[in-house]
Formats: sequence, C-alpha cells, structure tokens
Amino acid sequence: MSEPLLKVENLKKYFPVKRGIIEALRKVPVRYVRAVDGISFEIKRGEVLGLIGESGCGKTTAGRTVLRLIEPTAGRIVFDGTDITALSREELRPFRRRMQIIFQDPYSSLSPRMKIGDAIAHPLLVHGLAEKEEAKEIALKMLRRVGLTPEEEFYDRYPHHLSGGQRQRVVIARAMVLKPEFVVADEAVSMIDVSMRASILELLESFREEYNMSQLFITHDIAVGKLIADRIVVMYLGKIVEIGPTEEVLKNPAHPYTRALIQAVPSIARRKREKKLRITGEVPNAVNIPSGCRFHPRCPLADELCREREPELVEVGHNHFVACHHPLR
Amino acid sequence: MLLEVKNLSVYYYTLSGVVRGAEGISFSVREGEWITFVGESGSGKSTVAHAVMNLVPSPGRIVSGEVLFNGRNLLKLPGEELRKIRGKEMTMIFQDPMTSLDPLRTVGDQMVEAMTVHGVDEAEAKRKAKELLEGVNLPGDRFNYYPHQLSGGQRQRVSIAIAMAFRPKLLIADEPTTALDVIVQDSIMDILNGMKEEGTSIYFVTHDISLAVERSDRIAVMYAGKLVEVGTVDQIVENPLHPYTKALIEAVPDLWKEGKVRAIPGYPPDLRSPPSGCRFHPRCPYAKAGLCDTEEPDFREVERGHFVACHFPGVWRK
Repeated sequence: MSEPLLKVENLKKYFPVKRGIIEALRKVPVRYVRAVDGISFEIKRGEVLGLIGESGCGKTTAGRTVLRLIEPTAGRIVFDGTDITALSREELRPFRRRMQIIFQDPYSSLSPRMKIGDAIAHPLLVHGLAEKEEAKEIALKMLRRVGLTPEEEFYDRYPHHLSGGQRQRVVIARAMVLKPEFVVADEAVSMIDVSMRASILELLESFREEYNMSQLFITHDIAVGKLIADRIVVMYLGKIVEIGPTEEVLKNPAHPYTRALIQAVPSIARRKREKKLRITGEVPNAVNIPSGCRFHPRCPLADELCREREPELVEVGHNHFVACHHPLR
Repeated sequence: MLLEVKNLSVYYYTLSGVVRGAEGISFSVREGEWITFVGESGSGKSTVAHAVMNLVPSPGRIVSGEVLFNGRNLLKLPGEELRKIRGKEMTMIFQDPMTSLDPLRTVGDQMVEAMTVHGVDEAEAKRKAKELLEGVNLPGDRFNYYPHQLSGGQRQRVSIAIAMAFRPKLLIADEPTTALDVIVQDSIMDILNGMKEEGTSIYFVTHDISLAVERSDRIAVMYAGKLVEVGTVDQIVENPLHPYTKALIEAVPDLWKEGKVRAIPGYPPDLRSPPSGCRFHPRCPYAKAGLCDTEEPDFREVERGHFVACHFPGVWRK
C-alpha cells in the first residue's frame, strides 16, 4: 500500500470564548469552543473524501486547520510524508502551492476590482512560476478549460459581470492553475443553483483525473457527497461519528445521526418515503458539549450508557467505522 | 379560487436597461393547496411572489396584469385596504428571516405588535404569541429572546409563527429553507405542511425541484421570466412536457437515483435582451430553427390541469 498523501492524527482546534471585562476581573476561567475535538483520517492520492455535517459541526474549521490556514491546538498533519504541523511560514511556502482551497462564496472570494483573467494569472506570479506574458497565456487556457469561452472576452471581465456559477468556475480555475495535489473544497456548490451543481462537480472531477488530485470535499448535502466522494466522513460536534466507503455508508448507515441526515434529504427518486428516524432539535453549541455520546440528547436510541460513556470508532464493515454504542444494522 | 394571477408582467428599470423580470404570468392557487414555484436564479420566481403581495422592490414595477385575491384586484386596492389583507389574510416569509425581524426588539415584542396593529388587544396577543411559538416547536421562553440569540432555523420558525398569527388564507414562502441544514429544513417543511392541513394555502418558492415533490400538490416551473410548465406533482415528475423541466429534474443530485446526473448546458439569458421566440431555445436540444427561435410558444393546457409553453411538448418520447 502506498503512503497516503494526507494524514491527519488526533487534530484539535479550540477557540477561546471572549470574556466580558467583568468576567475577566472576577477571574472566571476562559472557556473554549471545541470546534474540532480530536479527528483522524487519511486521504490517498487521487481520492475524494467527502466531509459531511451540519453547520457548527466543525467541518469548515477542520478543512482550514488541515491547510494550516488556522493553527491547530493539537494533533499532527502529515502531507506527502512531511509533518507540516509545526513548519514556519517560510518552510510552509512550497506546500502552499501544492494545497489549495475553494471557498463556498463565489461572490466574496474574488476581488471586485481585478479582471478575472488577472485573478487566475495572479497565483502564478505570486509563486514565481511564470512571467507576466506566460501567466496570461496560461490563464487564457485555463478559462477555456473551465468553459468560460470565448476566453479572450472573459479575460477582461470583472466578477460582477458573471453569474454565480460562472464565478465559481473562475474560483476553481484560480485554484487549479497551480496544479495542486490536494484541494479543500468548502461547500463549493452550496451557493449555486441546484441546476448548475452537476456541471461544477463534473469540472472538479475532470481536474481530479487530470492531476490525480486529492480532495477534501466539505458539504452539508449528502446527495452532493454521493456524486463526488469515494469515502464519506460524517462529523458531529467536532468528532467523527462515521467513516466509510460512500456506497456502504449511504446504503447501510450505522450511526443514527447519519441515517437521519440521509432521510432528511429531499429526493425526486424516492418521493414516498419510508418511516423516518425522528431526531429533534439542533446541533448544540460546542462550548457546552453533552456528556457521553455527544449526540445522545437528540438520539431516539440513547440510553444510560450513551449518557455516560463516549463511544469510540469501531469497525462495523470493511473500512467502515462508527462511533456509536448501538450501531444500526 | 383563492388567488388568480392574470397576465402579470414586472420590469426592473435599471441604469443599464430594462430587465424583463417576469412576463405574461397567469396561474391560480386553490384554497388549501400547496403550489411550488421552481426555477433558477433570475427566472422570475421570486419577482412573481413579491408581485402577488404587491411588494415589488424598486426599481421594479408591475407593468401589467391583475392579482385577484378572493376576487379583489390587489394591484388596484388603496394602501389602507391592502394593509388590512397583508399580514392577516396573506403573509410572506423570506430566505433570510433577519430581513423581516427587528434585531433590536425581542421576539415576543414583535409578535405582539404584528397582532395589535390588526386590532388584537395586548394581553390576548401575548397569550397567543406563546401559543404560536409552541406551534412551531419553540419553547415559550423564546418569547423574551432577541433574534441574534436564536439559530437560523429558530429564526425562521419565529417568522413562520408571526406569519401564522391570523391563520392566513395564503402563506408565500420565498426560499425559506435555502440557508438551513437538511434536518432543520425537513422540520420547517413539516411545520408548513401542518399549516396546510389546517387550511392555509402554501405558495412555496425554491430553486430545488426535489424539495417540491414531497409535499406539494402542484408545481409551476419558471424559466427566464416566463412560466413554462404547470401541473400536478405526478404530471411534472412522471411526465414532464417541457424540455427545461426534464433537464431540471435530471440535473438534481439525488441520493436515491441510479446513474448519472446531467448538467444543463449553458446559462440562463440576460433578461435585458431575452432570446427571441422560446426563451429556452438556445439551451434546448430539441429546438427547431425557424420556429423555436422566432415564434414564442403559447402557454396552453395539453391535458387536464397540465399546462406547457413549448412547440414540441414531450417530443423526446415520440
């Protein structure tokens, strides 16, 4: 077996909660939001790992911490055999080119005053990979590659001339121009019309094939995850609750939370639905984390054991792990 | 008929030209039914919903048409009469509840005000507000909360509770779940369904056709400012007649569908200069030169209750 491209071990990110002046004077201890609370996973070359969860589960923090856009509180990040957890800014530089991120919001992630062609050429200049003329040539090719043609015409346009879907193509082109080996795509299609999502996913898929590129694809929509991910990780309140091959997790979800997520997704193919596993409430905030299994206050199957002891990830099928005292069969 | 919209057109008079946001829209909503408007951004679905409330934001203007609510044309009513109907007999909720909630006042305060402006006395309004919060599965103590203390899903519940204060005949919901997680979305959809079962007609707007199929009675599909197809959920899903409707269904990522998802090629047109003929023809695989690009198709009934604007409805089956 070849080494995984990315290895994340027991990664944690805690954010301190701001105290008011009175609390500070009274020496109330600082509390922490445990956004990511000890997660481990690997991604192979060319593999897409879908990271699924609701708002507040820590998936975005996890994605950014892996790239060290946010500094981890604890844990280890190994990229292509190098431990990058403690590298200095300067030492990290060569890795920055190899790891890219695509953000959710195509409206705020492009400068409104930069021509989109220049925006795509920019990373090449920053990393000293091309001179001005050559960068422009490459950017033109990239525009064509992501379907923004005629490319000469698109080069000189500004973001406000484009639709949301077109902007997201620009954002992807800008990330892909560096031929990254690994990309974190954070809700890359969530703000785009449903009708446009498939074409954006196809575009990402084509780059995966061309560059043998690995992806951490973060989404709250498990139906999108199904289309693009080889394996799926489900997060809840900073922890991984289930991880396994996409088809296996979707067909035989073992965690009650995963099953609830799957059942809540609207579907045309399955209009009349089976009986739902009812879960209530919303994700609690990550300051006051419930005892035992973090999901127990919302879980219809929870008992004494769940309230007291936190479940560990155990293998329930081939490469399929779940953290639950009462996994579904 | 509860609501009848006839030949409605809304234009936006922008600095860069006249945007024909919605044109020649006709449909009706029955008492107690759930109708869902589906379309991409810029299709005009939200524009029509606002026009039904006579709430088109500037620089938009309703340039023609009628909106008959219980037989009265809302576009001709004096402001005072209209205000008596809005918020009481017909109400609207939005994608971002913060656009309708006041950040500086408690939830309860705003709920009470929504009722007292229509003549309910304060004590009664307070009692009712708590009841309404329970109706949307929020604990009564949320009455004293400020909007920022609530999650997005809870805020949307509050805006539904306010909208339901007078058990309106019609609730217009403009993408109310787009910003929410799927589990929360599902519970909001259940709450709306409960409202429907108690007799309120639901006028739902979404870009996600899969959200329409489970709870709606009928679906209306919009494209580039035009209504292109209307029918029951069964008619639209099992037997779509407009190539755009078919493409839209095939483009949705779906957990339970086998096989590939097919993206719709191209982009929706610029409504300052919409394509001639059928507005979908530049993206339509079945378009016929000399007809679809020159002649606009009529919106006609092809089977009972199933309307479509296409020169070749269901052509791929022949």
